[in-house]
Amino acid sequence: MLDQTQSAIATDRTAATRRVAPTKRGNPTLRALRAAWRRPTFLVAAVIIITTCLMALVPALFTSTDPQDCTLSNSRKGVSAGHPMGYDMQGCDYFSNVVHGARTSMEVGVLTALFIFIVALITGSLAGYFGGIVDSVVSRLADVLLGMPVMVASLVVLYQFRERTIWTIVFVLVLFGWAGTMRYMRGSVLQVKNNEYVQAARVLGVSSLTILRRHVLPNAIMPLIVMTTLGVGAGMTAEAGFAILGVGLKLPAYSWGLQIAQASRDGNWQLAPHLMLFPALMLGLCTLAFVVIGETLRDVLDVRSR
Amino acid sequence: MTRYALRRVGFMIPTLIGSTFLVYLLVFLIPGDPVLALAGTKRVSPATAEAIRNQYNLNDPFVVQYVKYLGNVLHGDFGTDFNGNSVISTIGTALPYTVALALTAFALKLVIGLLLGAWAGLRPGRTADHANLAFTILFLAVPGFLVAYLVQYVLGIRLHLLPISGVRHGYPVAFVLPALVLALETASPLARLTRNSLHEVLRSDYVQTARAKGASPSRVLWRHALRNAFVPIVTYLGLSMASLLGGSVLVEYIFNLPGLGGSLAQAIQSQEGPVVVGISVFLLLFYLVSALLIDLLYPVIDPRVRHA
Repeated sequence: MLDQTQSAIATDRTAATRRVAPTKRGNPTLRALRAAWRRPTFLVAAVIIITTCLMALVPALFTSTDPQDCTLSNSRKGVSAGHPMGYDMQGCDYFSNVVHGARTSMEVGVLTALFIFIVALITGSLAGYFGGIVDSVVSRLADVLLGMPVMVASLVVLYQFRERTIWTIVFVLVLFGWAGTMRYMRGSVLQVKNNEYVQAARVLGVSSLTILRRHVLPNAIMPLIVMTTLGVGAGMTAEAGFAILGVGLKLPAYSWGLQIAQASRDGNWQLAPHLMLFPALMLGLCTLAFVVIGETLRDVLDVRSR
Repeated sequence: MTRYALRRVGFMIPTLIGSTFLVYLLVFLIPGDPVLALAGTKRVSPATAEAIRNQYNLNDPFVVQYVKYLGNVLHGDFGTDFNGNSVISTIGTALPYTVALALTAFALKLVIGLLLGAWAGLRPGRTADHANLAFTILFLAVPGFLVAYLVQYVLGIRLHLLPISGVRHGYPVAFVLPALVLALETASPLARLTRNSLHEVLRSDYVQTARAKGASPSRVLWRHALRNAFVPIVTYLGLSMASLLGGSVLVEYIFNLPGLGGSLAQAIQSQEGPVVVGISVFLLLFYLVSALLIDLLYPVIDPRVRHA
């Protein structure tokens, strides 16, 4: 009887896979998400992020003023009717400028977080699951990256790029930023790898990839998502920081970082504080919203901070 | 102990070589002429270009370039700027300001982070805990440079309490605001870690035992709990030097301090490429050495490490 069952499983790999690696997703995640929705801070943060996403995708929803339609005599004028954020140095409508700045800031944040997620997922699971030489190479590289002040290294590399687009900035941020997330992913894989149910799956002939996908990823993906959410705000912050130091995007691009940088030049914002206030407020609200969402997810999904 | 120290130094060498190599690779192998990139919008005479080529050994094969450069750097030669002044003399003038700022910020950060964390850790689930959480989330999320501008505006421009720019007013006064901003920016993880670490230790069996045996609450806290709670905190403090140094670039620039970060930002603005590379590489090395020193202090706090 026992022999029969064993041979049946051995010959029928898909049956084995079905038995030890069921595709059915558990409900706890959904339940946790529903719990998150009930928190007011989470809701407020979600509203901020959705609004900003809309701004980034369809700026025309918010303003019909052309951000390049400027009258120099209006330079640095404050808030007035029809111009809720006043005018910038060139006398352009500032509200329109800030709305159009959402796209770049969001793009840098989201793309950076997304690519770090992908790179960390792949390198982390390979390093953790296969070990050996792959692990040595990936881990030593990560050690070097984690052992250096990333901000300084990014500055000097960005300086050498003569033409900087959002892709240059995303490239540098991902290059210097994937190591921490990778190490986390690798840790999760190592933890799960030698569990008995994974050994059982391996003995029953489930392929490495399936084990990674069905057993390891579900355990590791939630912490990674939390880290990625937190990473979006960090990317947006970095973009603005680079712009202030003069190694970020250049005019005539629109971004909150660039607007903050322009406002900070030559004490502009001390004469006209609204130049600093509005892009800073948007950037601050957005980064705060991403952190609140990340923290709430960490909380409801019960992700232990290691 | 000696073995531990030797191992730590041994660990540092690959990081030192790796990080400088990575930066060197990216700076000099980016498509295009690295000399033109270093000069930015400046016009460079052929003689100057040749001098820069020699300085970074750009006519040699890549690995030779790098090895020669690293050799120069380890001898204290960080190159010369476009006016022929050596970068190391710039670093020499700037370093005291950065060290003063970093130490002041570090002290403030310790006070803020440890007090807030300990207060929350001793009273989990109460007001202190919530305040701690709100503080950490707020300063974790809001970019440090925004805090800097806000502090400049409110305390400097509106209330005229403290100077917001330059070092004319001398050590404590001119450094208070920038150090405060840096401290606030980096205290959040410390506060959170302290809270969690203390919370965890206070629940552990050996602390319960000490309590059960009648040790006074303060003895339990100071003799038993804090010692173990400090282990992860000290590890973190070592690692956090990087964020202090990285953050100081922006803060020094915003507060117009002539430290390393401020000079680096100035060099970027005036397109002095060799100075940008020189100061950055110096900051990398400076960080690695400080991280090593903190690592070497580790066994003093955690005896388990001494025999590892």
